[in-house]
Order: sequence, then structure tokens, then C-alpha cells
Amino acid sequence: MATVEELNDDALTWTAPSPRLRVLRRYEVLAGTLALMILAAGVSIALGASTVAAGAVVGLAIAGSIADVVAGRRVRAWSYAERAEDLLVRRGVMFRRTSVIPYGRMQYVEVTAGPFERGFGLATVQMHTAAAASDARIPGLAAAEAARLRDQLTSLGETHAMGL
Amino acid sequence: MGEPAGPDRPAGGLSAPEDELSSPEGQAAAGLGGDWQRLHPLSPLVRAGRGAIAIVFVLLLPLLSHQRGSLGNDLGHLGLLIVILVVGVISWLVTRWRVEGGVLRVESGLFRRTSERFPLSQIQAIDTVRPGLARIFGLAELRIRLAGGGRKAGRLAYLTSAEAETLRARLLALSHGMAEETPPAAEQALLTVPPGRLFASILLSSSGLVLELVIVVLLALAILAPGAAAAVISVGAIALIGFLVIPFRRFNGDYRLTVSDAPDGLHLRSGLVETSAETIPRGRIQAIRMIEPLAWKPFGWCRLEVDVATQKSKGRQDRNQSKAARALLPVGSREQAAFLVARVFPDLPEQRLAPPTRARWKSPLRFRLLSWGANERYAVTTSGRLQRATDWVPLSKVQSIRLLEGPLQRRLRLSSIHLDTAGRRVHAVLRDRDRTEAAALLAQLPEQCRQVAHEGCDGRPLRVDLALGEGHC
Repeated sequence: MATVEELNDDALTWTAPSPRLRVLRRYEVLAGTLALMILAAGVSIALGASTVAAGAVVGLAIAGSIADVVAGRRVRAWSYAERAEDLLVRRGVMFRRTSVIPYGRMQYVEVTAGPFERGFGLATVQMHTAAAASDARIPGLAAAEAARLRDQLTSLGETHAMGL
Repeated sequence: MGEPAGPDRPAGGLSAPEDELSSPEGQAAAGLGGDWQRLHPLSPLVRAGRGAIAIVFVLLLPLLSHQRGSLGNDLGHLGLLIVILVVGVISWLVTRWRVEGGVLRVESGLFRRTSERFPLSQIQAIDTVRPGLARIFGLAELRIRLAGGGRKAGRLAYLTSAEAETLRARLLALSHGMAEETPPAAEQALLTVPPGRLFASILLSSSGLVLELVIVVLLALAILAPGAAAAVISVGAIALIGFLVIPFRRFNGDYRLTVSDAPDGLHLRSGLVETSAETIPRGRIQAIRMIEPLAWKPFGWCRLEVDVATQKSKGRQDRNQSKAARALLPVGSREQAAFLVARVFPDLPEQRLAPPTRARWKSPLRFRLLSWGANERYAVTTSGRLQRATDWVPLSKVQSIRLLEGPLQRRLRLSSIHLDTAGRRVHAVLRDRDRTEAAALLAQLPEQCRQVAHEGCDGRPLRVDLALGEGHC
């Protein structure tokens, strides 16, 4: 029987998403902040309040850097481990979740990559079980790793579904 | 004409295996009539239901009344009626079914022909449904449900009631590989919900209480200010009917619900206007939930719901089906509930553990009712703020396990564990457990679930029905 320590132990090799996910998230935060800055500054200057514009830009810069730190922690919190019989997925900073999804329960594996993810050579892998609540999404995997994980999960799923 | 006898011979040779193939069909022809058969001619009318009758009525009214409109208008109505009639007749004409070589085939559609095949060996259950209109004409619908769940149920709507009963028995016998005339397996009636109790329980349910409140307010208004009451009723008539609909549906659907035990699962029969006979195969039950509403407490009543694995389905028939599958016992004493639960899940865990006292800070209202317990096969959890809900989940049906820890929980060293099943409504939550206990459970439960799912196979490979997430050997 597995012990408590085993889940958090180094015996399990936890794999993190690609470091490029951190960069992608940073760009996302940056783009959002810049858009807001331009909007806020534009509106304030149009209304003739340039001090407000400067204040809004500074405020948004601070908010953006906080959001960047939060995004970084969220990326770091995400990791997964392949065990003999099941996949573990860990995520969340404030609300921490650890999901255990047995390979034998897997219905299908989905690999998606949005336009920005594709630009960074990343993909999201998601395992689906018969339960809608099962939560096994791993974002920001390098495309090659995503393909490997998909194939690995699919073959493990087939093996375990037959109870071999 | 004698000369082609030579070339004919190979054809004759070919036709011999054909005869062999069709011989089971030939046998079936004695009972099931291997030929194509049609549904009852009134089927389109019943299927269109109240809507069609209303349209016909509205269209006929001006024709019958003496205050005629223009002739053209009348002709238009008549034409529309004829079109509806013709569409109905055509849909009846193009729909046919037959049992052939162990497969039930249903064909329908004029321009888009659909041909459905239901292998008898895969039949899991056959339900009988009789809406009010069908009962007036003595008709019934058969719903053929196949194992594997992902596919939609086969519908034979409508047959005469007698025809439906014999066809059901014969299809079930054939599906079990028995002779066609084998009578269906005896079922043992477990309990019936008395209508009086059902009525009282609905009056005390949340929708019933809302209705009563509305009636009381209206009565008070009628006494104090009759004019205002009349205005409210005339303006809000549709809303008032809406208040009536939900309690009536529950009464109609669960009227004289009888649960009986049969080899293929639990049989539920119920209904006031629309009657239905439904089978819930044991293997499909993912979880059972017992709810004890506050208003029922003085009577010691509770409600039992089963969660059945279903694919995301569309359409009216499936919605009704899943709705009906939910209430195993719309209202009953706790003894009755315990008896039924024991029938479905034998050997449930007795012992339950309360959460640590500090969980009171995280869930002040729920704390009193929180508990969980497990043995090798089942897990049970209780929760609820005002009404207690008890969930039983067989570990063999658990799809995935999640551990959650919110900020407040982390401060209190608590974690919650979710056991996800393929059911739609119920999944067990071990709320606010001690963090070390939860971590130990997260390490131990997946292995335990796997063992239970594999057991009873004696080394035979386990086949997991992925659509339903359940294993069988």
C-alpha cells in the first residue's frame, strides 16, 4: 500500500509543464496590461486629465506585475506524475487539487493547441473519463512531450481497460 | 423454360444456405412474424400528442361552428388538416419493424430513410411507456435499451398494449437465448408508495410549499380585496399554472410507484396519467442518495434517488427516461429506504467517522451532518446544511479521485476528497477531513477501487465498458 509520503516523495517523478508556458503566460499578462493602459490613458487624456492618466498607467503596471507573479506561481504549481496504474495531476495555488485518474478509466485523450500555444510550440493534454467531474488537464506541454504523453496514455489505457 | 435449369442449379445451391440463414427467422415467423410489420395506425396521432389534437381542434372549430368565415379561409383550414393527416399517414406507412436473425430492425423516414438494428443479444432492458393519450387508445410504447449505453434506445411507438406485452416477453426471452415462448422471469414486489403519503410528501416539498403559499396569499387577497385578486389571477394565470405543474408532474410520475426485484434489475412501475414500467439494471447504478428534507422530519420520511450512468443525451424521450430513473423511492420511511438500499448495495459500511472538530470553522452549518465511512466495496458520505443527504458509492464505480484544499482549509489543516462516478447528479465528497487522513486516503483509495473493480474475474480479463465506466468479466 502506498503511504502518505509516497505521494509527495521524490520517488515519484513529478514533471512540470514546459518553461515556455511561463513565457506565454507573461506575454498574456503583458498584452492584457498594455491594452488596459492604452485604454485608460487614452480616455483620461481625451478628458484632459493627464495626471490621472499617469496614475492609471502606474497603477496598471503594478497590477500587471502582481498578476505576472500570480501567473508564475500558478504555472509552477502545475505538475503531473505517471504511476504504474494511474496518472496524478497537481495544480492550484490558492485551491490546491490533486487528481488521481486510473488509466483503466480513461475514455479518450484530447490534445489541443490554441493559436498562441502553437506559436510557442505548446499543447494541452486532457484525459477524459466517464465522470464529467474528472479533472485531468495538463497545459503547456512541449508539442513532442504532448504527443508522447498522448500515445503513452492511450496505450496504457488500452492495456489497463482489458485488465492485462 | 426447361433449359435454364442448368444455370439455375448454382443459384439453387446458393439459395440453400440462404434458407438455412433464414430458418431462425422462419421459426420466429410463427410468433414474431419475421415479415415487416407496421406500428399501430394511430401512432402518429399519439406521438404528436396533445399538440396535434389542439391544432386539429382549433382548425375544426370554425368548420363546425355556424359562424363561418369566408369560404377561402375554411378551405385553407381544411387543406392544412388534410396535409397534417397525409403527413401522419405517410410517417405511419414508411415505419416498419421486423425481427430477423436475432436482430430487431426498425426502418423509418420517407426521404431520409433510417434503418436501426438492435441485436437481441445486447438487450439490457425493455421499458414500457404509456402516455395518457396512448392509454385512451389502449396503446403502449416499447423502449429497447442496449448494453453499452452510448447508443440511443430503440423505440417502437406505438403497439397495442397486448401486442407490446407479448413482444416484450418474447424479445427478452430471445435475448437470453431461450425459446421465444418462455415467460418472463418472476419478479418479487418489494414495496408500493401509497398515494396518500405521496400527496402529503409533495405538499410538504419545496415546490409544494411554494404552491401553498401562493394559494394562501391569493385566498387572503380574495377575501380582503376581491378586485385585486381577480386582477392578479387574470394577469398571472400562466405563472399560476406554472406553480401547479411541478407538483402535479411529481404526483403524476410517481403515483403508486412500485419497486420490484427481478433477475435483470429493479423494476419500477408508476404513473397516474402516463404509466411507465422501467428496469434499472443493477450494474448501471453508480450511486444512491438518500435525502431527508426538514419538512418531512416529523414523519420520518426520506427520498431515495439512484444515479444511473448515461451518456449526454438529447431529446424528449431520453430526458423523461433519466428523470424517471432518479427517484427509486419518492417518499418512504427510513426502514423502507434502508431495505431498498440493502437490496441494491449489500454489505454497506456501518461505521462512520466525523470530521475533526476544527472543521466547524470551515463548514459551520454542515458540520453537524458531515461524516464518511467505507469498507472494501462501498463508501458512504453524509452532508447537508438543513436536510441530510447520504450518498453511497460503490468503489468499483469510481472513475477518478480528487483531493481539494482551499485557503481556509489549509489554515485549518483540512482537505476534501471527491470520488467521481459516471452518474450525473451524485458523487461522494469526503468533506473537511484531517489533512494527513486525506493524504493517506488519496494514496490508498485508488488501489482499493482498482482491486474491487477487478475482483470476481478470477484472473479473467476485465472488460471495461468505457462508455459507462463499468467493468464486467
